[in-house]
Amino acid sequence: MDFFVPILAAAVRSGTPILYASLGEILTERSGVQNLGLEGLMLMGAFSGFTVTYSTGNPWFGVVTAFIVGIAISLVHAFLSVSVGANQIVSGLAVTMFGTGASSLLGRKMIGLTIPGFSKVPIPFLSRIPVFGPVFFEHDPLVYISYGLVFFLVWFIFYTRPGLNLRAVGESPVVVDAMGLSAVKLRYFYTMIGGGLASVGGAYMSLAYTKMWGEGMTAGRGWIAIAIVIFAVWHPARAVLGAYLFGGVGAMQLRIQAAGTSFPAPVLMMMPYIFTILVLLVISIKKGRGILIDSPGSLGIPYSREERG
Amino acid sequence: MSLSVPAPLVMMRGIEKSFVGAKANSDIDLDLRRGEVHTLLGENGAGKSTLMNILSGLYTPDDGSIFIEGEERKFRTPRDAISAGIGMVHQHFMLVPTQTVWENVALGLEDQPFSLDKNSIIAKVRDIQERYGIHVDPHAYVWQLSIGEQQRVAIIKTLYRKADILILDEPTSVLTPQETKALFQTIRQIRQEKHGVIFISHKLDEVIDISDRITILRKGRKVATIPVQNASKESLAEMMVGRRVVFQIGKTLQNPGKVVLKAKDLVVRGGRGIVCVDKFSLELRQREILGLAGVSGNGQEELCDALAGIRQIDDGAIVVDGVELQGKPSREFQKKGVSYIPADRIGTGLVTGMNIRENIALRKYWRKEFTRFRFFVHWENIAGRTGQLVERYSVVNPGLGFPARMLSGGNLQKLMLARELADDPRVVLAVQPSWGLDVSATLFVRETLLEQRDRGSGVLLVSDDLEEILSLSDRIAVIHKGKLMGIVEDPDSASEEQLGLMMAGTSLAEFLPDDVPPGHVPVRAVP
Amino acid sequence: MKYRIVFRKRFRTGMIFEGVLPVLSVLAALFLAGVALMFFGVSPLEAYRAMFRGALGSWYGFSEVLVKTIPLVISGVAVGFAFRMKIWNIGAEGQIYMGALATAAAVRFLQSSSQFSMLLAMAVAAVIAGGFWGCIAGVLKARWNVNEVITTLMLNYVAIHLAEYFIYGPWRDPSSLGFPMTPPFPPSARLPQFLDTRVHLGIVAAIVLVLIFRLVIRWTRWGFEIRAVGENPKAAEYAGIRYGRNVVMVMFVSGAIAGLAGMTEIAGLQGRLQPGMSPGYGYTAIIIAWLARLNPWGIIIVSFFMGVLLVGGETIQVIMRLPLASVQVIQGCILFSVLAFEFFRNYRVLLVRKERN
Repeated sequence: MDFFVPILAAAVRSGTPILYASLGEILTERSGVQNLGLEGLMLMGAFSGFTVTYSTGNPWFGVVTAFIVGIAISLVHAFLSVSVGANQIVSGLAVTMFGTGASSLLGRKMIGLTIPGFSKVPIPFLSRIPVFGPVFFEHDPLVYISYGLVFFLVWFIFYTRPGLNLRAVGESPVVVDAMGLSAVKLRYFYTMIGGGLASVGGAYMSLAYTKMWGEGMTAGRGWIAIAIVIFAVWHPARAVLGAYLFGGVGAMQLRIQAAGTSFPAPVLMMMPYIFTILVLLVISIKKGRGILIDSPGSLGIPYSREERG
Repeated sequence: MSLSVPAPLVMMRGIEKSFVGAKANSDIDLDLRRGEVHTLLGENGAGKSTLMNILSGLYTPDDGSIFIEGEERKFRTPRDAISAGIGMVHQHFMLVPTQTVWENVALGLEDQPFSLDKNSIIAKVRDIQERYGIHVDPHAYVWQLSIGEQQRVAIIKTLYRKADILILDEPTSVLTPQETKALFQTIRQIRQEKHGVIFISHKLDEVIDISDRITILRKGRKVATIPVQNASKESLAEMMVGRRVVFQIGKTLQNPGKVVLKAKDLVVRGGRGIVCVDKFSLELRQREILGLAGVSGNGQEELCDALAGIRQIDDGAIVVDGVELQGKPSREFQKKGVSYIPADRIGTGLVTGMNIRENIALRKYWRKEFTRFRFFVHWENIAGRTGQLVERYSVVNPGLGFPARMLSGGNLQKLMLARELADDPRVVLAVQPSWGLDVSATLFVRETLLEQRDRGSGVLLVSDDLEEILSLSDRIAVIHKGKLMGIVEDPDSASEEQLGLMMAGTSLAEFLPDDVPPGHVPVRAVP
Repeated sequence: MKYRIVFRKRFRTGMIFEGVLPVLSVLAALFLAGVALMFFGVSPLEAYRAMFRGALGSWYGFSEVLVKTIPLVISGVAVGFAFRMKIWNIGAEGQIYMGALATAAAVRFLQSSSQFSMLLAMAVAAVIAGGFWGCIAGVLKARWNVNEVITTLMLNYVAIHLAEYFIYGPWRDPSSLGFPMTPPFPPSARLPQFLDTRVHLGIVAAIVLVLIFRLVIRWTRWGFEIRAVGENPKAAEYAGIRYGRNVVMVMFVSGAIAGLAGMTEIAGLQGRLQPGMSPGYGYTAIIIAWLARLNPWGIIIVSFFMGVLLVGGETIQVIMRLPLASVQVIQGCILFSVLAFEFFRNYRVLLVRKERN
C-alpha cells in the first residue's frame, strides 16, 4: 500500500489537467463542434495563468484569466466552425499552432521563474480515511473543484433543461432550430465554455503541478484529452476514469525514471502516447461490435438554417 | 373589413422567397379559417414546404406579410411562430433520435424549471394521448419507433404546445392506409375543437376526403383556392400540373423468363446492429417488375444494399444468374449485372461534387473499355460514352465538365438511370425511384423502368407509394419489420386495404381460405 | 432609401476568384499576425521587412528558401495525398522522423562506397519506415475505425522519442563531446549539393513527386478511387471501391513520401541525425496542403512562401532576438484567415435595397 498510495495520488494530480480539458471538450462536442485546439488552449492557459499569478501573487486570478483567455481563443474557433462553416479539423489545428506559438513567444521572459502557486489543502475529515483520504483528499483546491465539476456536469447534461438542449443540438441542430432555440448560439456558447475549461486545465499545469512555465509544457496532453473524450463516450463520469488512468501512466513513468532504473528515458516517455493509441483501439473495437452508443450525430458537421434539402 | 366576419386565423399575403437561382414562392396569398382543414396541393418543388417553413418561422420571407387573427406578425425565429400558436409536423419529423419521446416533447419548452420535471411532462403527454387517441410509450427512444409512431410523437409535440394552427407536411406519405385513416380521425377531432389545420399532400383522393378548401400551387405561384365541393380529381390534377394528366401508363403484359435473382433466408443487420432483414426470400425473374411494398424503414434499403453486395449479410444466400454471390465484394455483383438505384441520390448514388463524366464513370471506371495501360482511366472513352447516355436519357445539363450538383433533381435521377440501365443489366434494384420528382420526371422514370423490363431485365421496385407499386408491378411482395409478409401474384386482385394490412404486419396467409396450405398463393392466370 | 447586407450562396466560383482568394487571405493573415506581433511588443513592419530581406534580399537567402522548400513540398505532397481522400494524416512529422531514423540506420549498417547504391538503400529504408508508420494509423482506421487524427498525432510523439532514444543512446557519436547526434554520414551517403549553395538533389525528388501526385490523382484508376472516397465515401462504397484497402494504401504512400522528406533532409542537408531535425515541417505541410487546396502546383507555390516565412523567421530570430515561435503565430493566423475567407468562396455578399414601406 505504501508504494501504491503515492502513485495513485500522483495519478489524480497529473490526471487533473487532462480531466479539465476533456470535460471542456465533452461540452463542446456534445454541442456538435469538434475542437482539436485543446493543446494550444492548454498552453495559452498555462502561460496566461502563470503570468497573472506571478504578477499578482494570487493563483485564483491566474485561473480566472486562463478561463477568459480560453474563451476568447475558442471564440475564433466557434466563429470559423459555426458561422463560416469551415473545416473544424483544420481550424482546431490552427488554434493549436497559434496557441503554441503565441504562448512561447509571450512566455519567453517567464522561463525559469517559479511561483508558490496552489498548495495542498487536505480536507479535514476525509483526508484521514485510509487509502482514499491521501489519494483523493490531500490535494490543491483545483482538484476538488474538478470533482465538483464532474458531478455538476453529469447532472447538468442529463437532468436539466439546458442539458437537454445541449444534447439535442449536437445530435440534430435542425430540430433545435425548429423548436425555437438557436443552434448557432448554443454551439457558440459551449465551444467557448469548453475552451475555457481546457485553458484552466493548462493553468493547472503551471499553477499547481510544476509551478513554473515552460515552452510546450503540456506535451501532448491536449491531444490525449481528445482521445479520452472518445474513451469516455462523451460522459463526464467516464472521463474521470480515463484522465486518472493516463495520469497514472504518466506518474508511473516519472516514478520509474526517478527510481534510477537503466530503462532509457525516451522509451518511458513514449508510454502515455502508445497507451492512448491502445485505449482508442480497444474502444473502437468495442464500438464496432455495437456495444457503445455513437458520437453525437452531428459532430463536426456545420449547420446553416436556410439550406434546402 | 366588416366586423361581423371574424378575421381568418391565418392570412398570408404576397409571400416571396427565393433560394440560390430559383424562386420558391412568388406572391402567394393564403387564408386559414378556424375549424377548417385547408390543403396545400402541388407537385414536388411547387413551393408548399417553403411556404409552410415561412409560416413556422424556419425561413424568413424576402417579402410579404403574415397576419394571425388579423394582427400582423413577423416571425424571425420558430420561437415567434410557436408562441403565435403555430405547430408544424415536418415531413422529416424534427425529432432527436437518440432522445426519448418525453425528452423530445420537452425540448425547447419555455415554462420548464431549470431541472426538468419529468413526471409532469409525462403526465401531460398521457393526457394528450387519451384525448386524441394517439399512443406512444413516452419512455421509448425515438430511434426505436416506427415511422408512424414517430409521426405521432411529432403531433403530440405540437399539441403539447397548445398549437392553434397545425401544419402537416405530407403526413400520409409514410403511412399505411389504415394509419392514414387513424390520422384523419385525429385531424377531424382537432377541426372539431375549432383549430385550423393546413394539410400538405399530392395524393388527390386523400385531399378530397379530408379538406374543406384547397389551394393549388404550381412552380412557386398560387393557381387557385377552391372549396372541396367544386373539386374533382381531374380538375385538381390539371391545375396542379398545368396540363391534362393521363393517370394510366401503358403497360403491356410480358411473359417472365427464368429467375435472375434469388435471395434465400437473408438476414441483414442495420446501422445499430439490429436485425433489419429477417429470413427474407424472394425470386426475381426476367421481364418482370416485382414491387416491394412497405412503410419506409422496414428493412427495404438494407435488403437492397445486401442484394447489391454493399452490405454484409449475416446469413442466407444471394444467387444471381445461378451463381452464388454472398460474401463476394460488390464489384462482383456489378460484374454479374446487378444495377442499383439507391433512394438517396445525392448522398449515395451520385457524387455531386464531381462532374457528369465522373459520375457516369463512378460504377464503370474499372471496365476494360474505360481503362488504358491497365492502371489509367480512359477519359476519352468515358467522355464519349457520357455524351451518348446524356443524349439518350435526355439529361438536361450545362456541360459534361460541370459538377453534378448543378443539375435539378429530375436530371440527377435521369443521370443515375443512364448509368445504371444503359447496359441492359440482368437485375435492377430501384429504391424510391420517383421520390421527390415532379410529375413529368416521375413519368419518365416509370416509363424507363417499364421499358427496361421489356428489354429483359428483372426489376425489383421498392416504394412506399402504393399507387406506384400497383401501377407498375407484375407481382407485389410486402415487407414488414424485415420479414416477408407474402407475395401477391396478381396485383389486379389486391386491394389497397389488403396491402395496407400486410404493410402493417398481417401476413398474406391470414387472408387465404383455411384449406390452402400456408405459403401457397394463387397463381395468376396469363390470358 | 435603406440598404441591407444579404449573403447569397454561390453556385460556383470563377477561376480568377480561385486565384485571388488565397492571395487575399494571406495578406489578411499577415495583417492579422502583424496586429498580434504588435500586441506582443514587436514592430510588425520592422519584422516583416527583416524577414523579406533575409529571405529574398540576397542569392544566399533565396537559396536557403529553396533549401527549406524541399522538405515542405515533399511533405506537402504526402499530406495532400491523404487529404484527397479526407484521411487526416496529421502525422507527417512523425513519419519524417521515422524516415530519417531509417536513413541513419541504413548508413550505419549498410556501408557501401557506391554513392548510388548507398543513396538508394537509404531512400528505400526511409520509404519503408515512413510508410510503415503511416500504415499503423491506416490499418487501425480501416479495420476498427480508430480516429486517425489522434493516432497519427500520438505516433508523432512516439517517433520523436524513438529517434531520441537512438540519438542519445546506442547511436550517439562518441567523438561529439557529449552532444546528442549520430556520427556524420560518409560522403557516399550524402545527396549532392548544387554549386556552392546548400540546395541539394532533393529538389529534383520534390518536383518529380509533385508530377507523380498530379498524374496519379488526375489520370489513374486509383486516383479516381481516392477522389471519389474523399468526395463522398458512401457513394464510393456504392461504387464498389474498397474503403479499407484504400485507407491503408493511401496512408502507406503518404507516410512513405513523408519518410522520403526525412531522408532528403538529413542526407542532403544535415549529414547526420540529431534531435529536432524537423522543426515542424510535418505540421507546416498541413497548412501548405490546405492553402494549396490540394492542387499540386499550389503546393509548390505555397511551400516556397512558407520557406520564405521560415528563413525570414530565422533572420528575425538572429537580428531581433525573436523566438521561432513567431513564425508559428503567423502560420496560425494564416490558417485562421484562409478558413475565414472560405466564407467568401461559399457566399456572395450583396447590398440589397429595401423596397417595402
